[in-house]
Amino acid sequence: MPDRPDLDLSHLPTAGFGSRSAITWGTYGFILLEATGFALAIGAYFYLQSRSSEWPLGVIPPDLEPGTILTLAMLASLVPNHFIKAFARNHRVQAVRLGLVLMSVVGVALLVIRALEFAVLNVRWDTNAYGSIIWLLLALHTLHLLTDVADTIVLTALIFTRHGHKKRRLGDVEDNGVYWDFVVWSWLPIYAVIYWVPRW
Amino acid sequence: MSSSDEGLRDTGLDSVRLHDWLSRTWDHKRGLVGWFSTVDHKVIGRRYIITALFFLALGGLAAAIMRLQLARPENTIVGPDLYNQLFSMHGTTMMFLFAVPVMEAFAIYLVPLMVGTRAIAFPRLNAFSYYVFLMGGLMMWIAFAFNTGAEAGWFSYVPLAGPEFSPGKRTDFWAQMITFTEVAALSVAVVVIVTVFKQRAPGMTLNRIPLFVWSELVTSFVVLFAMPAVMMASTMLILDRLVGTHFFNPAEGGDALLWQHLFWFFGHPEVYIIFLPATGMVSAILPAFTRCPVFGYTAIVLSLIATGFLAFGLWVHHMFVAGLPQLGSSFFTASSMVIAIPSGIQIFCWIATLWLGSPVYRTPLLFVLGFIVIFVLGGLTGVMAAAVPIDAQIHDSYFIVAHFHYVLVGGAVFPLVGAIYYWYPKATGRMMSERLGRWHFALAFITFNAAFFPMHILGLAGMPRRVYTYPAEAGWSAMNLVVSLASLAFAFSFVLLAWNMMRSLRHGTPAGPNPWTAGTLEWATPSPPPPYNFARIPVIDNVEPLWRGNGSPAGEVSGLRVDARELLVTTLTEAMPDLREPSPADSIWPLLAAVAVGATFFGSIFTPWAVIWGLGPVAVTLIGWFWPKGAPEDE
Ligand code: HEM
Ligand SMILES: [Cu+2]
Repeated sequence: MPDRPDLDLSHLPTAGFGSRSAITWGTYGFILLEATGFALAIGAYFYLQSRSSEWPLGVIPPDLEPGTILTLAMLASLVPNHFIKAFARNHRVQAVRLGLVLMSVVGVALLVIRALEFAVLNVRWDTNAYGSIIWLLLALHTLHLLTDVADTIVLTALIFTRHGHKKRRLGDVEDNGVYWDFVVWSWLPIYAVIYWVPRW
Repeated sequence: MSSSDEGLRDTGLDSVRLHDWLSRTWDHKRGLVGWFSTVDHKVIGRRYIITALFFLALGGLAAAIMRLQLARPENTIVGPDLYNQLFSMHGTTMMFLFAVPVMEAFAIYLVPLMVGTRAIAFPRLNAFSYYVFLMGGLMMWIAFAFNTGAEAGWFSYVPLAGPEFSPGKRTDFWAQMITFTEVAALSVAVVVIVTVFKQRAPGMTLNRIPLFVWSELVTSFVVLFAMPAVMMASTMLILDRLVGTHFFNPAEGGDALLWQHLFWFFGHPEVYIIFLPATGMVSAILPAFTRCPVFGYTAIVLSLIATGFLAFGLWVHHMFVAGLPQLGSSFFTASSMVIAIPSGIQIFCWIATLWLGSPVYRTPLLFVLGFIVIFVLGGLTGVMAAAVPIDAQIHDSYFIVAHFHYVLVGGAVFPLVGAIYYWYPKATGRMMSERLGRWHFALAFITFNAAFFPMHILGLAGMPRRVYTYPAEAGWSAMNLVVSLASLAFAFSFVLLAWNMMRSLRHGTPAGPNPWTAGTLEWATPSPPPPYNFARIPVIDNVEPLWRGNGSPAGEVSGLRVDARELLVTTLTEAMPDLREPSPADSIWPLLAAVAVGATFFGSIFTPWAVIWGLGPVAVTLIGWFWPKGAPEDE
């Protein structure tokens, strides 16, 4: 079909970061739906609270220490996470490798603290509805934490192989970092609800 | 670090060699493993559609048995326990295993073709979603075969569905089926959104996106916000039932209305998740048969978006009789009526299109007309039901059964059937029989109304829904017999459809690329489309790109790789070419991951430990899925 103009795209790059790439949009999509899930769970919490005359339903609020330490540690982890994303964009593979090792270690440590959190909720999930909902909130967030830590560890292994130099894999590193930001920021409202609302 | 000098490009390849290369790169392998490894959106979309239609048949069968039972007063074909399961299985199947999946399946098949790309975004996630959906549906029906079917209605209200009133595993299977299908639906939503956002052909700016694609895009966003609510609800339900939580148990601070809020936060948008794609189908079919672009493109797009938003303002109207504060009630009554406005605008635009164009009354258009008539009737009864005082009167009566079948069957199934007639030639390369199609339409339209219109009257006469029988003295017998006979005839109309589909596969007249001389891009490629969709990605400058003088798009792209799967990624609003991204190769891992996830969900019905045991296999299969295997696409 000779009369049709031809748009030559052979010069286009084969990978891009951020909102240029399709993967990032997929990550945003999942973040959006998971954030909706968190919001609904928090909504359910307040709904149950509004339906009972006392809160937290005859038990004492959770101990503050593990949850607060975890919160501070998570906020601190935003810093290396930020740098790893920047290293990935600038194709600094060696720095990315070190950063990911650090994040893997941090992630495992956070999971350990998280386990302690469950131990000091001071209520069981089957004690009453208050117990049920805070266990649900904490478990829901733990699922995300666990997923991203596992993902980080696998990614760390991957970046140490020959694939580590591929621009696409560095894009994966960036997306993993974006997801980590979500895991951290989504924790803050949940932390407030679990630990501070019952102390109001 | 650009690798633009790598790989074999299509520039300068003649059409024969181009086809050879692209086929080799994009086609899936033969044999069983190849069959289970394919990530071609057309193959997955076809399987999705066939599977959803299969569930339609099962749901229809359940309906037929219910209507046999209700044909006469004090009938004894099924008892109350089985009847409970039948209406629950019917409603659940129709909503979760047929209507939503089939609408998403059409998006899976069509959206990449209509936006002019070679593959769907995240094709492995797409394949994964299909297998999860299939397993969830089969699981629920196999459980039913073992007398463990859902029994608390399609919305499983607590406390009826709670541990006290629904002992045994029946409701657990229901709740986990929800989890399966929502995982599948959410995955597809993300896949469709990213395909539309980032993979449109150059030149397809926001105001040149086909209306069907717009409708599926808005729907996907509604899915994204609505489905988490029902997943949350079903998770809480199964936790209450299996590990002793108290979300819905008032004795321990829980609240049964929490279920209703969460469920309807999803359940009302659900209706639009089904209905919006159906309107998109109508907007696709109309221009092809009126030879005239749809009137009011922008108005329709805005209506779609408005409907998407309003869908969330409405969940409470399902709970009027649950006794909400007065002000709240009035607000929700008002917004229930407001949502009639965007639907009204769409209907106005369609009628204007028919008016301005020169309609050719082929089968797809007939079903669209049938839809408009039925839907207007259903809408009227809906506005009636949205008024709180009337709702209190007809609540839980057969009037409601009539109303939602007018909306669901009229609003979704009629356009869907039209869409099947319309796109069948694209998917198979052959036309369906027009003669049989007309008979099908006549039969379906008449018997549908004969079956469901009298239900309004039955409802006003006091017949409640969800009863397995009624006394002869109630005076409902004659009407019920009419309803049952017409229902069976309506069910038979689907047999005609199935027959037409199967027969035409071999005996239909060959269709060619564009049998309806339609304007959108899916008709720019052969029927059925080759695995790579388009030999060259089109460039467009119009909302009906094939309606320019010579019947082909404004231009085409060159410079893409042919020896590895490569997609053109474009910018969000302007669809300017931006990247050449690889598209994942076929893989068996999505199936394995789906099996691992499925086994975990299934096991959790019997022991909470299954979730822990499942972690390992799920992790392994996901790593297998994402770990690069050295294919050129992984580089
Ligand atoms: C062959 C066509 C169909 C027939 C004959 C039919 C018939 C029926 C009958 C008899 C009931 C039960 C009424 C009762 O006892 O309460 C029912 C309920 C229902 N139907 Fe259909 N139906 C058909 C198609 C559909 C379709 C296509 C959908 C959805 C897309 C659908 C959705 C529902 C729902 C949601 C319920 C409520 C179930 C519940 O009470 O939990 N039906 N239908
Ligand atoms: Cu509604």
